[in-house]
Amino acid sequence: MKNAAQTAFSATSSVLRTIGMTFMHSFRKRETVLYPEEKPYLPPRYRGRIVLTRDPDGAERCVACNLCSVSCPVDCISVVKAEDETGRWYPETFRINFSRCIYCGFCEDACPTYAIQLTPDFEMGEFDRQNMVYEKSDLTIAGVGKRPGYNFYRVAGMAVGGKDKGEAENEAKPVNIKTLLP
Amino acid sequence: MAHITIDGREYDVDDTENLLAVALSKGFDLPYFCWHPELHSVGACRQCAVKSYRNDEDEKGMVVMACMTPCSDGGRFEIDDEEAAEMRAQVIEWLMTNHPHDCPVCEEGGECHLQDMTLMTGHTQRRYRGAKRTHTNQDLGPFINHEMNRCIACYRCVRYYRDYADGDDLRALGSHNNVYFGRERDGAFDNEFSGNLVEVCPTGVFTDKTLGAHYNRKWDMQNAPGICTHCSLGCNTSPGSRQGVLKRIQNRFHGEINHYFLCDRGRFGAGFVNRDDRPRQPLVRNADGVLEPRDMDAMRATMEEVLAATTGMIGVGSPRASLEDNYALRNLVGADFFTTGMSAHDQAASLAGKAALEAHAERIATLREVESCDAVLVLGEDVTQTAPRVALSLRQARRNRHLELAAQNKIPKWHARAVRDIGQYNNSPIFSATTQATRLDDIVIEPQRLRPDGIAELGFAIAHALDNTAPAVKQLDDDTQALVDSIAATLKGAKKPLIVAGTSLGDPAIVHAANNAMKALAAANAEARLFVTFAEANSLGLAMMDAPDIEQAFTAIENGTADTLVVMQNCLYERAPKARVDAVVKKAKNVIVMDHSLNRTVGEAATHVLPAGSFAEADGTLVNNEGRAQRFFQVFIPDAPMQEGWRWAADLADVAGRDPEWAGMDDIIDAIVADYPALAGIKDAAPSQSFRKFGMRFPRSPHRYAARTALYANVNVRERRPTVDADSPLSYSMEGYYGEGQPPSTLAFAWSPGWDSNQAAITRFQDEVGGHLKGGDPGTRLITPGTDTAFAPADVTRVDGWQAVPMYHIFGSESQSARAEAIAERMPEPVFRVNAEGAKTLGITPGNDLSLTIDGETHAFPLDVDPSLPDQTIAVPVGMHGVCGVRLPVGVEPK
Amino acid sequence: MMEFTQAEALGVLATVAKTLIILVGAVLMAALMIPIERRLLGLWQDRYGPNRVGPFGSLQVVADMVKIFFKEDWIPPFADKAVFVVAPAIIMVTSLLAFAVIPFTPTWTVANLNVGVLFLLAMSSLGVYSVIFAGWASDNKYALIGAMRTAAQMISYEVFMGLSLLGVVLLAGSFNLGDIIESQRGMWNVIPQFPAFVIFFIAGCAEIHRAPFDLPEAEQELTAGYHTEYSGMKFGMFFVGEYLGIVLISCLVTVLFFGGWLGPWLPGFVWFFLKAFTFMCFFVLLRASTVRPRYDQLMAFGWKILLPIAIVNVAITGAIVVATS
Repeated sequence: MKNAAQTAFSATSSVLRTIGMTFMHSFRKRETVLYPEEKPYLPPRYRGRIVLTRDPDGAERCVACNLCSVSCPVDCISVVKAEDETGRWYPETFRINFSRCIYCGFCEDACPTYAIQLTPDFEMGEFDRQNMVYEKSDLTIAGVGKRPGYNFYRVAGMAVGGKDKGEAENEAKPVNIKTLLP
Repeated sequence: MAHITIDGREYDVDDTENLLAVALSKGFDLPYFCWHPELHSVGACRQCAVKSYRNDEDEKGMVVMACMTPCSDGGRFEIDDEEAAEMRAQVIEWLMTNHPHDCPVCEEGGECHLQDMTLMTGHTQRRYRGAKRTHTNQDLGPFINHEMNRCIACYRCVRYYRDYADGDDLRALGSHNNVYFGRERDGAFDNEFSGNLVEVCPTGVFTDKTLGAHYNRKWDMQNAPGICTHCSLGCNTSPGSRQGVLKRIQNRFHGEINHYFLCDRGRFGAGFVNRDDRPRQPLVRNADGVLEPRDMDAMRATMEEVLAATTGMIGVGSPRASLEDNYALRNLVGADFFTTGMSAHDQAASLAGKAALEAHAERIATLREVESCDAVLVLGEDVTQTAPRVALSLRQARRNRHLELAAQNKIPKWHARAVRDIGQYNNSPIFSATTQATRLDDIVIEPQRLRPDGIAELGFAIAHALDNTAPAVKQLDDDTQALVDSIAATLKGAKKPLIVAGTSLGDPAIVHAANNAMKALAAANAEARLFVTFAEANSLGLAMMDAPDIEQAFTAIENGTADTLVVMQNCLYERAPKARVDAVVKKAKNVIVMDHSLNRTVGEAATHVLPAGSFAEADGTLVNNEGRAQRFFQVFIPDAPMQEGWRWAADLADVAGRDPEWAGMDDIIDAIVADYPALAGIKDAAPSQSFRKFGMRFPRSPHRYAARTALYANVNVRERRPTVDADSPLSYSMEGYYGEGQPPSTLAFAWSPGWDSNQAAITRFQDEVGGHLKGGDPGTRLITPGTDTAFAPADVTRVDGWQAVPMYHIFGSESQSARAEAIAERMPEPVFRVNAEGAKTLGITPGNDLSLTIDGETHAFPLDVDPSLPDQTIAVPVGMHGVCGVRLPVGVEPK
Repeated sequence: MMEFTQAEALGVLATVAKTLIILVGAVLMAALMIPIERRLLGLWQDRYGPNRVGPFGSLQVVADMVKIFFKEDWIPPFADKAVFVVAPAIIMVTSLLAFAVIPFTPTWTVANLNVGVLFLLAMSSLGVYSVIFAGWASDNKYALIGAMRTAAQMISYEVFMGLSLLGVVLLAGSFNLGDIIESQRGMWNVIPQFPAFVIFFIAGCAEIHRAPFDLPEAEQELTAGYHTEYSGMKFGMFFVGEYLGIVLISCLVTVLFFGGWLGPWLPGFVWFFLKAFTFMCFFVLLRASTVRPRYDQLMAFGWKILLPIAIVNVAITGAIVVATS
């Protein structure tokens, strides 16, 4: 009986206390940031507008491997591969339909060359949905973005313009198959 | 039968199989590299390590290679064993040390067996930080790209190329860590089946160059179950497309036909679909002789005028178009005015072939069965050039002797190296009589080089030797008689003899001879098999349509009973000499052509052109050389107004006021079956349009088909509504039911979780590895046993003096593939060939032009000496690179 | 045929006008509750709530209304159409009918019924049909489960609501709401009938299934309960019906326990409004602060705690009334 009374008391008082505490929030400061009057700081790793970066040599980083396209949960990235005369892969088309994009950042995670990166810019509203379709020229920026120093073709084994077989990082000279020496 | 335990589950399995094959058949995920269902085991890669226990008491067990372990009764194995898993992870780490960081720029990526196996073993982080070995690449011609860095030295390529396809110019060069797989020098592979390296190589060393030119990943392909249209064998293919461009042809497993391999013509010959010069609009020839595009309304008005004014239409069908297209044409022009579009001699030979098949309906060999025959006689056919895939099967047939020797020595059949070693050069006997040397001569016993009449005579003589009630031919010389007797004795004594003949020499007598020999042989050996090849993908289907040959069409125009020629996907210039065709075309008021390519008929003869879809843009049924009706499905929808040939024919019928009211394939197939009871089987070749599995269609694309909301966003940001297929139960997307339970004829591509590569993923759809597809191999056999059991008379048309015989080439003799860029690059320069004696008689130095008049047409090509040719015989290059439309063989008078 | 005098006719007109004003006023108040609730929730959760449409977000309700009017009025093909359409209307009608007997001032009441309290209970009982119909007609398992919960909850808590009212009725000696208010001239009922007030408030909460008793539409478990399949204006009617319920219960608490229009200095209506508005805000505060009980806890709380207290309260009140009379 005593226990029941105690429980009843503590239950009632806890509900009343909760109500009281909630009411006291009337006099607290509000957490909301009144965007757009006040613009918050967004960290560099914020997931906003997508860009295509260049490698340290200034060449396109994207090799049109299509991994961003396939990892995209809303299928809003379309990449068409092309090859230059030296065998270097590059995207002939790189199109993002931002009216479908959910800014999940999977494409950035999937990108093996650090080409595709998300930026802290999210102010992309348009009155015409068609304007939300970004082509390669709209996406490509001049710099390396968040990943300085990385150049995929310097790591990959394929020969491309300016880098022959065996000239990449950590590569031995091509094997001479005509020799019988071990 | 053996009772074994794998991972605690018990199975009754075939004890002649190895553990790896059994484990894969039972659905286990066990990684492997060097093993292949057709190449069997060598135990080289050490990837399929499992734990084997001696008996129930054994707790320690030992790690063994599954591919080298027989499934003996009572065996207990653990795949999911820590030690074995560790070994597998270690092996793949070794293999991966030198593998380049290439996946993003590798065409194999997404369908790479190495990627799959790396993930399967859990090796996801490279620990090796040292320098990687590199290799320079070779230029391997227009078909195959070489990127040697990616090699993991599994030896699958050389085992396929040298041991399976008997090629000679791909070798393992160098030693130990430097081993290099390539040719002695740059250049295209010699072998006609080199394209399979693309699928056999578990990584990206050999990739498809024609795909690389307009590459996309496997997951982005829109595929469809296809049938190869480049010869009569009806190999199953899986054409892949994206955004209305045909990207590549991949093998589609069919347990009775091509199983894992295609020929290069089939794999690389589809490029003609992407040609810019294809007619894509209705065209009308103006007064200046130039074809002008018309929009659909204007074309309809034009066709109304044409059809109202015509005094009669005559239809020219095509042995390379589907039954549906041909039937729709027949419906348009009327049954009495429909011709098959085959030349007279081709039709005669095809009908002889059909009769031979009917006489031996239950003894028709499938392509797969050819491999199990242990004595073969090839009559007249240079199969490597006319029906290439069967040449690869014949190469396997000769290995039956190896298997026999292995069995005698208790060597399991899957022990590839041991079987080869014990077999050495002891081949199963293969006899062949052809007009000249063939690519199969290396496995043929005493290859015979005879003129077509001689080949027929040889066939009749063998028939007579097998059964002396068969008509005999005139006295043979002693050597030939001895040969005939030995062939007859060998065939009679074999477990499963096979006779191969074909229509390519255009001489029905050869087919009759094969038929006679088969009749005689069947009485002596119930297991005997017959294999007949035809000229084109649907030659047998057209032969079954029971219509006159193209001559009737020409005659009708010439004598004025008709003034309008309606041609369905055919080129008149390939069926008759140019002068004749020109005269007919000139006489005809209208030549209405429904075709998909700018061939000579479209370019020079047509007055009206309607752009029909090619095999990739249409559905249809083809009848292959064994009488199997197989359905191919539309890969992608072409841009309007291009449409299926049968839809154009139905539209024209509508213009003429006789709308057949076919809403889709089901309706036209019903109409065909109603008219041709013999073709009733085509209804079962594939499920009807309304067929659903759990209420779902079957997808054309893998479930990860990407970029749907961006692909056409530049045109309109609002996504297109997926097209609904009115002709088949397939969907134009990744939506639908995909898996083991679907009818195999609707399987557009092979994929299963963890298995992305075409050759490995298909395992999940097979009743057992390398066996047959679950649910039965697609297609229905249409040949019904005939009543004709009598021997054909041994009539041979003998040509005295010089004779021109056809010389086919895998690249060039077939006109559609010849329009593909890659194939065109491999087409040989046309030459006339004679033996040295002949060159001397003709007085022409080899290399200089010989001018030859055949059927009123004069051709001049350089003369080449081929010592294998019989005397007074000129081999004439047939096809796009040489001579077409003339009747061969024929007597000639060279000057 | 009856003849009307001019005065009678005017009386009828006045009644009609009064009725309209009260009904429209009630609906407007309910509509206003929507932005008020959102702003208050914001306040108590340290944020702003809608503050962009109109001054201080006051026109948010207009924007919401425009939106809800233009939404597609979709009836699922599998629904029982007639019942599906009728259901939201019932809750609106019964809620509005209940307002008929509420005396806002001594003169402002639509129907001065002698059995006002019973009428109220009758109307709130009818409200359960709306929910049951909606759940049933939707042919959707979430909707049906929500409806079953609502039915059980409403029928149970009606019992405690009725019992808690008995004390008030005993004190006033009348079922007429006006008489009940007049009986509080000396002392508001909340003091002698405090337990009854608490029970009535809790039961009222449960009747209109507001937080923390919003189990019927517990979105985490039932998506939206009985109105899962509703959209557009039909959903709007459920929505407004719920807010009408808040206004109604607040008015009733004012009438039954807080002396209705009684109060010094200010006009009666203002007093009534102020009291009722306080309770409306308290409903929002409850939503902001309390957690939803489990379904069995809800039933146990009602039958094992509220019921005994209510009976004891009636017994004691009855004894006192008998003793003092």
